[in-house]
Amino acid sequence: MNFYNEMHDADGRVRSHYRSYEDWLNATAPERIASKRAEADLAFRRVGITFAVYGEEAGTERLIPFDIIPRIIPATEWESLAAGLRQRVRALNLFLWDVYHGQEILRAKRIPAEPVLKNSQYRPEMQGVDVPGRIYAHIAGVDVVRAEAGEFYVLEDNLRVPSGVSYMIEDRKMMMRLFPELFARYQVRPVQHYPDLLLENLRAVAPAGIENPTCALLTPGVYNSAYFEHTFLAQQMGIELVEGRDLFVRDETVFMRTTQGPRRVDVIYRRLDDDFLDPEVFRADSMLGVPGLLRAYKAGRVTLANAIGTGIADDKSIYPYVPEMIRFYLGEEPILNNVPTYMCREPKDLAYVLAHLAELVVKEVHGAGGYGMLVGPAASKAEIGHFRALLTANPAGYIAQPTLALSSCPTFVDKGIAPRHLDLRPFVLSGRETHMVPGGLTRVALTESSLVVNSSQGGGTKDTWVLEEE
Amino acid sequence: MLSRTADHLFWMSRYVERAENLARLLDVAWQMSLVPQSPEAANQNWNGILVLNSLEDAFARKYGEANANNVLRFMVNEPDNPASLSSCLRMGRENASAVRGAITAEMWETLNAAWLELTGQSYEQLTTNGPGEFFEWVKLRASLIRGVTLGTMLQDEAFDFIRLGTLLERADNTARILDVKYHVLKPEAEEASDFYQWGALLRSVSAFEVYRKIYRDVINPKRVAELLILHPDMPRSLLFCLKGVVKNLESLSNGHARETLRRAGQLHSELRYGRIEDILEHGMHEYLNDFMDRISDLGDRVSSDFLVSFGEAA
Repeated sequence: MNFYNEMHDADGRVRSHYRSYEDWLNATAPERIASKRAEADLAFRRVGITFAVYGEEAGTERLIPFDIIPRIIPATEWESLAAGLRQRVRALNLFLWDVYHGQEILRAKRIPAEPVLKNSQYRPEMQGVDVPGRIYAHIAGVDVVRAEAGEFYVLEDNLRVPSGVSYMIEDRKMMMRLFPELFARYQVRPVQHYPDLLLENLRAVAPAGIENPTCALLTPGVYNSAYFEHTFLAQQMGIELVEGRDLFVRDETVFMRTTQGPRRVDVIYRRLDDDFLDPEVFRADSMLGVPGLLRAYKAGRVTLANAIGTGIADDKSIYPYVPEMIRFYLGEEPILNNVPTYMCREPKDLAYVLAHLAELVVKEVHGAGGYGMLVGPAASKAEIGHFRALLTANPAGYIAQPTLALSSCPTFVDKGIAPRHLDLRPFVLSGRETHMVPGGLTRVALTESSLVVNSSQGGGTKDTWVLEEE
Repeated sequence: MLSRTADHLFWMSRYVERAENLARLLDVAWQMSLVPQSPEAANQNWNGILVLNSLEDAFARKYGEANANNVLRFMVNEPDNPASLSSCLRMGRENASAVRGAITAEMWETLNAAWLELTGQSYEQLTTNGPGEFFEWVKLRASLIRGVTLGTMLQDEAFDFIRLGTLLERADNTARILDVKYHVLKPEAEEASDFYQWGALLRSVSAFEVYRKIYRDVINPKRVAELLILHPDMPRSLLFCLKGVVKNLESLSNGHARETLRRAGQLHSELRYGRIEDILEHGMHEYLNDFMDRISDLGDRVSSDFLVSFGEAA
C-alpha cells in the first residue's frame, strides 16, 4: 500500500510548503527540541489539559500526546477542502430538516426510507418540530483523511457532540509559546477566534424575540472524557457551564439555579447525548439531563445546539447517501469524496465483506471513538474470526470500507522521527451564516503503521497550519 | 452565578485555608517538640492537635500512642484521614476543577501544580528534609493561591464567595486554637515553659512579631487572647474575619439573606465593642464555644441562602 506523505513527495523530496520547516529543524539543536518537548508535556499537565479514559478508574486523567511537527496545509488545498465541507454540512442540515418534515428525499426514493425511519438515531419526537433557522447541526466536526494520490475523503460527519476543538486551540497556543520563531517563517492563519464564532452562532439561533439571549454549555460533568473542553469553551465564551442538576423547567421555560434565584436560559450548547437529555422522554434513568427539556424545546422556548435527532444524518448506515443529498438539495456535485461503503445489511455486500475481511475496515454502525472496529490488514486471525461471528449474527449493525491508505507525516517517536498516519477534523459552524476557522484538529496514530488515530486508542495531536495565500 | 459554582468556590477556599491552618499548627507543634520537656507533656501537645480537629477516634483506630511520629503521619497524608493536609488540598483541587471556568487560569494552575507535587508521594518523600520544610511548602502554596486570587480575579460575586469561605474557615480555626491552648495552659500558672507555649500559639497564627509590635511587653495570656479575638487589624483575629464576612455578605445579599446578614452583623458588633475583661469573666471556653456555634450557623445559613438549589417552584 502506498501512502501519501504530507512532508515528502514520492521521490523523497521535501514538499515546498515544508521546506522552511525542515531548514529550521535541521538548524535547531536536538537538545533544544528535547527540552521544548518536555516543556510542552509539563505545561499541558499543569494546565490540566487532560481527558478522562472510560473503563479505567473514575477520574483517571491522561494527557493526549502532542507532537511538535505541524501538519501544514497550503492555501489552495484548504480552499477546496473548506468549500467541500461547507457544501456537505449545508446538505446535511437540509436533509435533517427534510427528514423531520416532508421527507421529500425519501419520497423521491433517492434514499431508501427503511434505514432512515427504522434507525435508532431517528427521533420521531422531532417530527414537525421547527427549529430556529432550520439549523440542526450547529457544530459539525467532519473527519477527513487523505489517500494515496493526495485526494481528501470524508470519513465521518460528526453531528452530535463532536469534540476536539479545544486541542486545536491549545496546540496552537503551545506551538507559539515553544517556537515563536517558526511563526516568523510561516504565515499561519489564526484559529483562536473559534469561541467567538461559536458564541455568535449560538446567539444567532436563540428563540424568536429574545434580544439578548442567555447561553449555557450543558456538560455531563467532571467525569466526562471531554470535560476539559467543556470548561474551556464555556470560559472562553463567558457563558455558564451547567450540569443537568443546575437547570429546571417551569412553564415550558428552562431556568438555571443561581445565587440570585432562577435565571432563564435561551440557548443550550449541549455536550450531552440525546439519550440523556430528558428523562421524561428518553432514558428515564438519566441523572444528567433535565426533566421537561423536550417540552420547552418543542414549545420553542429554548434552542438546543446541536438539535435533537442529528444522529440520523451522521449514522454510518446513512453516510453512503450523503453525496446523493448534495445532489438532491443543492443540485451540485459533491466536492469531497465519500469512501465506498459496503452495507452489511445487504446480502450481496455482506457476502463480499465476509470474503474480504482481511482487506477491509469494519465498523459498528453506531460506534464511535475507535471502539468496536476491525482494521483487516492489521488484525490477527482471531480478531477476524471474532468479527466474522459478529457480522453473521447481526449484519445490519455493521458497515465495511476499503482500508484507506491514510496519509502520514513525520512525527517524533521514541526512536527519533518517523512517519505516522493522521486524519483531520475541521469544524463547521452553522447559524445565520456558515463559519469555519482555517484549521482543525489533526490526530496522529503514534503506533507504527496503525491507522487508528482516536485519542482513546493512544492517538496524539499535532498543530494544524493553514497557510495564508502567497 | 450558578449556586453549584458558588458552592464549589466557597469550599475550594475553605479547604485551602484549612490546609494552611493545619500546616501552621503542625509546624508549631513540631518546633515545640524540640524544646526540652517531659514525654507526657510532649504527647499532650500532639494529642491536642487531634482534639482540636475532633480526630481522636479516627486516630485511635489506626495508631496507638499520640506521639510526634504518629500524629504527623496521620495528619500529613494518611489516606484514611479526611482531614489530613493531603485530603484538604485534594478537596480544594477537586472543587476548583469543577469550576475551572469560574476562576482564572492562573488560580487553577497554581492549585493544580501544588496538588501534582503532593500526590503520589509517601510521607517519607514529603518530609525528606524534615517536616518543617514540608509545612513551609504548604504555607507557601496557600499564600501563592491567595495571592494569585487577589492579583488576577475579578472582584465579583465569585470573589466574594471565595473570601467568605476563607474568612469563615479562618475565624473557626483561630477560635479552635485559642480554645484548646487556653484549656491546656491555665492562664493563671506562670511557668517558664508557658512562655514557649504562648509564643508557639502566637507563631501558629503568624502573630508573634505582631504581638511585640503592638504591646511591646512580655507575653501575657490575657493580651494574647485580646489580640486574637478583638484586634481589628490582625488578619487572623476573630474581629478581622467577621468584619470581612459582613462586608462580603453585604455585597452578596442583594435583598435576600437578610437574617444571615443580621446575625453576622450582630456578631461583628459584639466583637467590635467587646472587652477582653468581660470575655474572661464570662469564661473563655464558654465564649469561644458560643462563637464557634455561631460561625457554624453562619456557614449553614450561607449554604441555604445561596449555595443549595433554591427558587424552584415546588
